[in-house]
Amino acid sequence: MQMQEDLQNYNFPDQKGHFGPYGGVFVPETLIHALEDLRDNYEKLKNTPSFMEEFHNDLKNFVGRPSPVYYAKRLSEMLGGAQIWFKREDLNHTGAHKVNNTVGQALLARHMGKKRIIAETGAGQHGVASATVAARYGMECVVYMGSEDIKRQASNVYRMKLLGADVVPVESGSKTLKDALNEAMRDWVTNVENTFYIIGTVAGPHPYPMIVRDFNSVVGEELKIQMPQMIGRQPDAVIACVGGGSNALGVFYPYIKDEGVRLIGVEAGGSGIDTGKHAAPLASGTPGVLHGNRTYLMQDPDGQIIETHSISAGLDYPGVGPEHSWLKDIGRAEYVSADDDEALEAFHKCTKVEGIMPALETAHAVAHAMKIAPKMSSDQVLLVNVSGRGDKDMATVATASNMGL
Amino acid sequence: MSRIKKKFEELSQNNRKALIPFITSGDPNLGTTLKLMSALVDSGSDIIELGIPFSDPIADGPTIQRASERALAGKTSLSDVLDLVKMFRETDQETPVVLMGYANPIEALGVDVFVARAAEVGVDGVLVVDYPPEESGALNVALQENKIDSIFLLAPTTLEARITDVAALATGYVYYVSLKGVTGAGHLDLEDVSKRVEQIKRHVKVPVGVGFGIRDEATAKAVAKLSDAVVIGSRLVEEIEQSDAKNIVTNVEGFIRSIRKAID
Ligand SMILES: Cc1ncc(COP(=O)(O)O)c(C=O)c1O
Repeated sequence: MQMQEDLQNYNFPDQKGHFGPYGGVFVPETLIHALEDLRDNYEKLKNTPSFMEEFHNDLKNFVGRPSPVYYAKRLSEMLGGAQIWFKREDLNHTGAHKVNNTVGQALLARHMGKKRIIAETGAGQHGVASATVAARYGMECVVYMGSEDIKRQASNVYRMKLLGADVVPVESGSKTLKDALNEAMRDWVTNVENTFYIIGTVAGPHPYPMIVRDFNSVVGEELKIQMPQMIGRQPDAVIACVGGGSNALGVFYPYIKDEGVRLIGVEAGGSGIDTGKHAAPLASGTPGVLHGNRTYLMQDPDGQIIETHSISAGLDYPGVGPEHSWLKDIGRAEYVSADDDEALEAFHKCTKVEGIMPALETAHAVAHAMKIAPKMSSDQVLLVNVSGRGDKDMATVATASNMGL
Repeated sequence: MSRIKKKFEELSQNNRKALIPFITSGDPNLGTTLKLMSALVDSGSDIIELGIPFSDPIADGPTIQRASERALAGKTSLSDVLDLVKMFRETDQETPVVLMGYANPIEALGVDVFVARAAEVGVDGVLVVDYPPEESGALNVALQENKIDSIFLLAPTTLEARITDVAALATGYVYYVSLKGVTGAGHLDLEDVSKRVEQIKRHVKVPVGVGFGIRDEATAKAVAKLSDAVVIGSRLVEEIEQSDAKNIVTNVEGFIRSIRKAID
């Protein structure tokens, strides 16, 4: 394959928002103007030094960046193999990588004069991050959340309310993240004039996959500076969990042209890929169109989206950002899965051995690192993006482990 | 000449406006949809828009979402929708049928397979809600080759320059979405619709239909004055939803007759 030379010229999406056959703007006509407006404003602002300075100032002083890089020494030694290192997005204000993107988008909203923001959320992390920036910048905030997820993530729902957001339960379809996205889109179609839709992952119609990737790339850009300082070189592999794929792209994107660095995305294997009850479209889905873009999807032969399952609400999504579909097809990134049990085990191990309690989403990435590290040598380095912390998952973990809270 | 074009020519010779009802295929089941199609024609409809059910209809309000859910509970597939049109054509070769839906079921069947079968069973137009002109290239080519009309949406947010682009691609009729919102919303601004339809007519050569937010005789009558066609969806689907199985056909006929009378 001519991939080698092509990677050095990697420049996606194209003008129309496509990553090869993926991405695009598959939306009703009513939204086209708003998307073009967003694209034009973003193109202008990202080249405006004062805007980027404002963004980086807030990342520094409000979010607490840069996040540290940490050697998980006891975990590595216990497994006996590659060194496992953590990028600590769990230490960010609000507890996950999501806030990088919401700060960026809220600033865009402010510059575009939109005073009302809406967001969809699964685990509640993106909802909390959106509610937080809305409070920070004095904007009205409405968060759509599937009623199933509201049950699973009660503490985050309460946090959003404390922050002044209006949390709207979504009762349609599977009552999870995809339905929350549908409902947020419907709100946007209706209130497009005064409303900015802060999408929480690298999905949705162009320019969202690009904007969310760019704002989250601060994570990988920091790593590229931090790793040589810590170990004298870049890691052998970067591992991240993939729901929509925003934390993964945040670390993958700056490394795309560094071909010596393996990029490994870990999807939610749920009850096991062969049971069909999972959320791993890259592992077992087929390309289709959902939520404004073409990408790998979990769908039935008639093109209806099927219900997904994962112990982690933030990975419980039938699609994936279009750029991941492209990175899979061109072979630049590898996609694997970890199931519910493996994620839970990794959650407990990481908590007990390192004193770091990862989000259940993140635990999928940790699980994969634990799987491959023993087969590697001790001079090899695996960097796991610890996308968030597990405080929100107490109730789920307690139930799954038969321990009362 | 396409059935749609012929229909609009007849109507305009008689100084009448087109009445275009929308129903979801398979709501509440395919047998009823087939009966409803004939009933719609008998009670004064000119063109039938048949919805292809989809699990994630982002442009639809709760009423049409529920219709989709009922149809999917009965496992209505795109193939079933095409079979439905084939059966309808056994008794009606005149009434244009437009399929309206979302991209994914069509891509799952395959755009070319879909269009070939649509042509074979007698579909006259196709409107894919999440295929704006930017993304509809392959479908448009296939539709054109098979002499099926490409129906496009225009919205209150569509800029004038873009209307020209859509005009270059649109055949059959264009569908002006009369409000910012999902199907079934109720805040129609007639003055605004009037201005926008005038603007659209300066660029678009095909007839202009108006839909979204038309709920009763008064709104239908007002919109008919401003446009070439009145599209009525959610309110009709409500009629289906709220009727007992044995009354569905009579209730739908009664409702369509009242709208027909209002716009004539
Ligand atoms: C901590 C954490 N990690 C990962 C994800 C998954 O999202 P993405 O794949 O976009 O990073 C979420 C989503 O809620 C999350 O809260």
